[in-house]
Amino acid sequence: MSRARNFARGFLALVFAASLFAAWLAPVSYEVQFREAPNAAPSAAHPLGTDELGRDLLSRILYGSQVSLWLAPAAALIATLLAAVIGGVAGWLGGWWERLALAATDLSLSLPWLFLLLTVRAILPLNVPAWSSVLITFALLGVLGWSQAARVLCAGARSLRHSEFVLHARASGAFGARLFFRQILPNLKPVLAAQFLISIPIFILTEANLGMLGLGVAEPLPSWGNLLRSLESGPHIVQNPWRLAPLVLLVLVVSSFQLLLPREEFAS
Amino acid sequence: MRFVRHVLAVVVLLAVCCGSAAAQSGGELRLFLRSDPKTFNALLAGDDASETVGYLTGGRLIRFDRQTQELKPELASSWKALENGKRIRFKLRENVKFSDGTPFTPEDVKYSMQVLMDPKNESPHADSFRSGPGDVTVEVTGKNEVTVTFPAIVASLERQFDVVAMLSSRSPQKELAALGPFFLAEHKAGNYVLLKRNPYYWKKDGAGRQLPYLDSVRFDIAQNRDLELLRFRRGEIHLINSLDAENFDRLQQENASWVREVGVSFDVDFAWFNLSEASPVAGPKKLWFASRNFRRAVSEAINRNDICRVVYNRHASPAVGPVSPANHFWFNKKLTAHPYDPQSSLRLLQQDGFQLRDGSLYDKGGNAVEFSLITNAGNRARERMAAMIQQDLAKVGIKLNVVTLDTPSVIERITQSRDYEMCLFGFVNVDVDPMGQMNIWPSNGPMHAWNPGQKSPATPWEAELDSLMRAQASTNDAKARKAAFDRVQQIVWEQVPFIYLVHKNTMVAVSPALRNAAPVTLRPQTYWNIEYLALTPAAGQP
Amino acid sequence: MTWPRRLLRLCARLLLTALLGGFLGATLVRLAPGFSFDERELDPRYSRESIERMRAAGGAERRSVLAFYAGYLRNLFSGNLGESRAYRRPVSQLFSERVPVTLKSMGVALLIAWPAGLGLALLWSGGRNHTYELVTTLASGALLCLPSAVLALFFLYMDGPVALAMAVVILPRVFRFARNLITETGAMPHVLCASAKGVSRAGIVWRHLLPVAAPQLLALAGVSVSMALGASIPIEVICDSPGIGQLAWHAAQSRDLLVLVNVTLFVALVTLLANSLADAAGGVFERQPA
Repeated sequence: MSRARNFARGFLALVFAASLFAAWLAPVSYEVQFREAPNAAPSAAHPLGTDELGRDLLSRILYGSQVSLWLAPAAALIATLLAAVIGGVAGWLGGWWERLALAATDLSLSLPWLFLLLTVRAILPLNVPAWSSVLITFALLGVLGWSQAARVLCAGARSLRHSEFVLHARASGAFGARLFFRQILPNLKPVLAAQFLISIPIFILTEANLGMLGLGVAEPLPSWGNLLRSLESGPHIVQNPWRLAPLVLLVLVVSSFQLLLPREEFAS
Repeated sequence: MRFVRHVLAVVVLLAVCCGSAAAQSGGELRLFLRSDPKTFNALLAGDDASETVGYLTGGRLIRFDRQTQELKPELASSWKALENGKRIRFKLRENVKFSDGTPFTPEDVKYSMQVLMDPKNESPHADSFRSGPGDVTVEVTGKNEVTVTFPAIVASLERQFDVVAMLSSRSPQKELAALGPFFLAEHKAGNYVLLKRNPYYWKKDGAGRQLPYLDSVRFDIAQNRDLELLRFRRGEIHLINSLDAENFDRLQQENASWVREVGVSFDVDFAWFNLSEASPVAGPKKLWFASRNFRRAVSEAINRNDICRVVYNRHASPAVGPVSPANHFWFNKKLTAHPYDPQSSLRLLQQDGFQLRDGSLYDKGGNAVEFSLITNAGNRARERMAAMIQQDLAKVGIKLNVVTLDTPSVIERITQSRDYEMCLFGFVNVDVDPMGQMNIWPSNGPMHAWNPGQKSPATPWEAELDSLMRAQASTNDAKARKAAFDRVQQIVWEQVPFIYLVHKNTMVAVSPALRNAAPVTLRPQTYWNIEYLALTPAAGQP
Repeated sequence: MTWPRRLLRLCARLLLTALLGGFLGATLVRLAPGFSFDERELDPRYSRESIERMRAAGGAERRSVLAFYAGYLRNLFSGNLGESRAYRRPVSQLFSERVPVTLKSMGVALLIAWPAGLGLALLWSGGRNHTYELVTTLASGALLCLPSAVLALFFLYMDGPVALAMAVVILPRVFRFARNLITETGAMPHVLCASAKGVSRAGIVWRHLLPVAAPQLLALAGVSVSMALGASIPIEVICDSPGIGQLAWHAAQSRDLLVLVNVTLFVALVTLLANSLADAAGGVFERQPA
């Protein structure tokens, strides 16, 4: 397993470095349209081919990683921390706090947040800079994406409330926030880690769908999400398999994050 | 021997006729509808799905032949326009019955016109008959004879009756009693609509056989084009009424006999600047957009040929103006599409004091030229077009921000809040006659998109548009109307309130199992002659 | 407190929360741009007068949110869910046709995803099988990274059932949560002790692992119901399955307020019910203080 972890480490370092140095590594700018060669196959000029507007796919993946690789994990972190605070504290405190938090969580899971996003788009000026729109999008995703994990964390915190080590810590004089942050939260790590890693690809994909509402990454800025949207063209992917490159890359990145997580192995 | 040969010839002829008759009768035509019809009242149908069903169930007095683009008698065996189009007298066919056996009488014409003109019913066809203040009256002026009188002249009067379906005033089935080749048999919401052959349909073919040939038509309700394509390939549906370029090429590669490209359509993609005084567009931008040179420069900076090639895979052609070249009579042949000429574009901008510096364009006041373009998300062709326009304008130093919004948000901005700068949109199902554009060109029209609902024309050229449209609407002299509308197209070409981009081609898919299909460019492209369509056992998939 | 009183209190709480959810949903829709849009305003056949008449006849939906919702509740308690603006049919009719379709797909999807996800997680926690870990990590990652629309298209082309497409969306999430939970639980002292004492693998799983992880797993089960509901929207739209997800999507596109409020209420009730049941079941497994 250490070989796999080393590979994951090296791969992530490579991808992050490539995203930082995209301007030097990309064969051409991500926005240039080679209109004589739309949907072109890989070649010396375009190592991963071109998209439907003749834009170099490798360049778009490299520049797209600047958006997706940095912002999606940041949004996932926000969502996870919010879930930890709301769900964890609710389960820890119990009683009315817990009931209120769970009701808020369930409501959050049921509401049509699409319309809030539409309202946010309506409030923003039409000429908002591309990066501002992207930052706002991912911040919103982070703020709205906590509900699913909050419930699981609440259940976890609730069951830890009466555990022996917590009783021992209390008996030793620990209480309140110290008890929560030192004893409860670390034991919720598995769920937190799972939530964080699941959220990254979900937010990348959600950002692409939000492009349909005018939020997210606007033309011509690429993101892995809007590159993945092109897979919706269906059967032509079979004829142009290089268009799967963003998907393959995303899977490898997400899996590498998973492999890097420290884990207490089950000793046999 | 000669007698035997004659008998044999008669037998063979009979066999061929019976054979072809047998091959041409029966069967269920299957195709898709994109949404549930909102109404089955053919007279009040306004959305695409309702109009599709209404086309097959509704009987009309006059039919506009989609192939020859001429008027043909239908429920009216003859007609006469009187007082230059203020009145029209119809002689009705005799012994015509609705699908439930109720006789069709002049009272039904009167009733139908009453329903049409009642404002509470919100029929989309009524406004084209409201030629002036006053009511539309219908008189029974003889046996099987009706005269309809309008408050003022209605231009292209006979043509307008192509959309007026006749309803029964007495049938217990009310609006479901059909005079068309089919009647509504079943409807499962969200699932399908089934139409069955009208047993009392009045039309017969040249050999005296009862029409329609088909037993039934089944519409499966689904929005997904991939699903439609899949089911066509499997032979589960027989027609695809409108194919996009990508799917057309895909099907053509599989089997060229499945697809037909009929020529340029009436649909058009175009863009416009927001010139509305009520809009919150910033000061300098209002001045840019108000300049004819600026609009023309933007138009000439856009490479329409590239759009046709890249977005539509060469299944489109550059648009000249609001009228497609497929509209043989009304298209102004003297006009050509604005050329792609970035140098000319820059010269026009320089005339207005714009300067190109370090790849960016600046106006007289030193403001960088930057504005946004909104379009509806989910329409891949328009999203790609927007990205291409963005690149084209970058070559003349203009920074264009493309904003895709969901359709209700786009409509809200362009019709109510007017909070947008430039919009990319399209018209489909465009009417052949200029009367269908009476709410677009007059300056007080709600569809005068760049500056709708004006109390008085904001510019001299809009005032001229107003008077030209009024002129063509107040006469039935084809030559005079043509001259007026040619001038409208000329003004639009010069002043560029709309930047016309492309007309896409009409592309359809037709199963080889379907006989007598003759797709045309006018809607409904593939089943305009539904009475004559027939199914044979499939000669190869689908 | 007796259990009938407890049940009554729970039902009251669920109902109030759901009604609050309906109100918040109505507010979000009402305030969003494009609310009062009518696609007929873009129809060039309508004159200015006709369009103004249509706008004036906007109806109940154009009142303030509070007035609208009060009227809606009055009708709701008399069994009338209102009429859909887009479909022009009673909402109750639309629901009676579509709810069973979605519930059936969701039920089957959860019945597939949970055993599969939990089973894979339990198998993984059983030993040091690095190949298995790598393969399941990559596979679950791939499924997480695939847009739901692409998954739905795949099932469309393969003629696969809608329920299976939903199951494929839920499975990697269940697997990842469950795997991490079970791994962490498996490293607890009492489990290590049981293993050292020679308790069989099955015994460890059933008697020591699952009871400890149960509260969180059950909470996840409750949440997976809303995951399934969320997944139903793109999948039903693309696979053309006439369920609540497809109805919600079309209603959102046409800003059909009454349908959206009813859908929000339905989703809220289903979510609350599922999570309440999960909480109640989880309570059985929670440790009591010594």
